[in-house]
Amino acid sequence: MAEISSDHGGGGKKGKPKKMSTHVDFTPMVDLAFLLITFFMLTTTLIKPQTMELAMPPKNDKVEDPPEVAASRAVTVLLGKNHKIFYYVGAPANGVDPKVETSDFSTNGLRKLLLQKNYNQVTKIRELKNKLSDMKITKEEFDKQKQKIMGEKGSPVVMIKATTGASYSDLVDVLDEMAICNIARYAIIDITPYDLGLIKNLDI
Amino acid sequence: MPKVKIPRKSTVQDMAPMCDMAFLLLNFFILTSNFTQKEPAIIDTPKSISEIKIPETNVMKILVDTKGKVFWGIDKQADRIEVLRKMGEVYNISFTDEEYKRFSVVGVFGVPMSAMKTFLAMSPEQRDSKESALGIPCDSLDNQLKDWVTAARSVNKDLRIAIKGDKSTTYPAIKKVMGTLQDVNENRFNLITGLEAEQELTIKK
Repeated sequence: MAEISSDHGGGGKKGKPKKMSTHVDFTPMVDLAFLLITFFMLTTTLIKPQTMELAMPPKNDKVEDPPEVAASRAVTVLLGKNHKIFYYVGAPANGVDPKVETSDFSTNGLRKLLLQKNYNQVTKIRELKNKLSDMKITKEEFDKQKQKIMGEKGSPVVMIKATTGASYSDLVDVLDEMAICNIARYAIIDITPYDLGLIKNLDI
Repeated sequence: MPKVKIPRKSTVQDMAPMCDMAFLLLNFFILTSNFTQKEPAIIDTPKSISEIKIPETNVMKILVDTKGKVFWGIDKQADRIEVLRKMGEVYNISFTDEEYKRFSVVGVFGVPMSAMKTFLAMSPEQRDSKESALGIPCDSLDNQLKDWVTAARSVNKDLRIAIKGDKSTTYPAIKKVMGTLQDVNENRFNLITGLEAEQELTIKK
């Protein structure tokens, strides 16, 4: 333990001041420092949580006629029980129900379809990303150009409708898919009885 | 046989470099980390590829736990007192100075206004206990979350709303909270998520 070794021997001549060693044992100080480190490691977090920005339409805005979406661009995603998702392209035409596909959040599921549908934007944004990583453009420039590409016409419009059996993680996952596939236009909409009827036999 | 004499070496080590290193590490941790705020419910957030960081200040947090119970809190202590005063006016409850002071140190809470007085009278340990995690009512009959949000918005205009939900929170529970926010014209909010790496994608036309 702590000790300050002082030289006691040597006859002890009168008049000569005692020489004290200046050597101090640092062990207790190290103990203290590690104790503090442990305390800080346990009480703090290093990672700051990420957030996802989400803008919802105002409720009181009375939309008489919801904007018409071209059937070829419309994709409806339905969130079911047990992390299952269902999607169909287009809208019912002449009383014929669209074909509903069962899918999941894997790379071969919904993402494949969305990437195909959004091929132009995705490739453009990827080129842009490469430019950014090669330091050819600045971050601001990247954001600006990305905004421009995202605003281009012809990208799919995704309608997200969740059933009561869906969980919050499904919602976040599907919003994540939108971010991954650079979908500029998507909305979370209340599910309709028609959609529920479509997946009645699939959503078990 | 002659004995081999092993010279006795001193076991005393100079601890100064070790001490330096330990304090260096300590410094690093103090500077890079931020304190975990105590939350009344354990929430396991879903992961996303989003890289937007949550702002440091002016955050209004709405927590939704696995059972759909709602918790609420804002980060600035001065604002908290003002918000409680406004809420007291709405619900005709008058609080004492002591209660205001106690409320200002409560981070995120989940008690209805009717239980607020008893909640504030509790010790900090009791407040953290499971029994006091009742959840703020936010259904159509008694929507107190709405009043909290309006009160907080009138006190601080720069507040950003962050919703923190658990992975297994049901969609209707989240929808109820989002609907409440939309009712009071708060249409932009953030969803708190964990970080997940973005995978390289392959696309075919």
